[in-house]
Amino acid sequence: MDFDLMITSFPKLLSATVITLKLLSVSLFFGLFIGLLFAILRLNKNPIINKFAYGYSYVFRGTPLLVQIFIIYFGLGQIEYFRSTFLWVVFKEPYWCAIIAFALNTGAYTSEILRSAFQTIKPGFIEAGKSLGISNKIIFYKIQIPIAIKQSLPAYGNEIILMMKGTSLASTVTLLDLTGVAKYIISTTFKPIEVFIVAGSIYLFMTFIIHNLIKYLEKKFSY
Amino acid sequence: MELLYFGDNGWGDELFIATLMTVAVSISAMLIGFLFALIFTPLKLSKYKILNLIGNFYTTVIRGVPELLVIYLFFFGGSGAIMYVASIFGYFEYIEINAFITGSFAIGIISGAYSTEVFRGAIQSIDKGQFEAGKVLGFNKYIHFFKVIMPQMLRLALPNLSNVWQITLKDTSLISVTGLVEIMRQSYIAAGSTRDPLLFYSFAAVLYLLLTFISMKFLNRLEKNYSRGF
Repeated sequence: MDFDLMITSFPKLLSATVITLKLLSVSLFFGLFIGLLFAILRLNKNPIINKFAYGYSYVFRGTPLLVQIFIIYFGLGQIEYFRSTFLWVVFKEPYWCAIIAFALNTGAYTSEILRSAFQTIKPGFIEAGKSLGISNKIIFYKIQIPIAIKQSLPAYGNEIILMMKGTSLASTVTLLDLTGVAKYIISTTFKPIEVFIVAGSIYLFMTFIIHNLIKYLEKKFSY
Repeated sequence: MELLYFGDNGWGDELFIATLMTVAVSISAMLIGFLFALIFTPLKLSKYKILNLIGNFYTTVIRGVPELLVIYLFFFGGSGAIMYVASIFGYFEYIEINAFITGSFAIGIISGAYSTEVFRGAIQSIDKGQFEAGKVLGFNKYIHFFKVIMPQMLRLALPNLSNVWQITLKDTSLISVTGLVEIMRQSYIAAGSTRDPLLFYSFAAVLYLLLTFISMKFLNRLEKNYSRGF
């Protein structure tokens, strides 16, 4: 055991954790909107819209995240026309490519979580709202969404933890996040166990925080 | 499209072999995972606190740490650890482990943690009377487990095990960082030498979708088979 290496690598890994957290929070933020949008599309009665939303979630849940990042980072840059559009400013940065891939991926999972949450709302709640003469819009925002949030919290907590582990793939597109820096230190010092213990503990600590945060929110939202 | 043809000019045959490699790694990782589950599920269900702690430590650490980090640990640390063990027995030559073995072991440990949780949940949701009945009838412990508990456990565990299979299948894409030529690695090589990453990575995505689609069809059939009479 090389304790000196563990102590000296800790600040480096900790500063890399900031990038991991940035990637996680930004992609979760966009992913939540994508998820909500596709959950609503999934519940649409029009079969074409419905199938489209199902196809989206099927493709993104059925393929590895690594393939998705590589298609966005390496693949899209190949299209000549695409390079001349204003979107290229975003897509040439590995940081934004990673975030787009993560957001689309977590959006697919989130849409499934929210859809099942919407479907388990008892029809009585909506009927009660209707019979009180509340408009559909307000029923959606004031009745369906709060209940759906409560129902989907445990599953969404798991998704946050999965996404946190997923951000480690950003290291494959040259980003120096926690895993990227850990790999760099391992490959320069050839001391994998020490670095794994330090980086793993940071990840476990984040898992612990997220887990407890979700538990707290679940308690707050329960009635 | 010509790039995907079989033969010398296309990458079709290489990608086909790579797909078989992905399937082989996934299956061996799943089996190694079952071995780990076989060890750690009894620990998690044990009466003794210390054994519980060991079981919980395994599942918590593996499920809380990114897969890629575990793979790097095995990739960089695997041969070192084996050489250390070998040096105790007086063997000092350099030992290199095959990428297939390292990869399936790393993914196996990860899938083992998920399988352990699935088996634990399945055993815990079996009716208590089933355990008591075995005791009352004076069954041997092992016969009771294999003839009474296991068939019921499998029925409850199968839907979740097919989820674990999907996770394992997708995790094998990460082994490409160690140089094992599976779908991702082969696409990376092909994309590099033809400068057509969009085509090859999209094709890789299609191959993964095909694999998950076929295996889900098969597993759904198995589930139906196991839940006869329910």
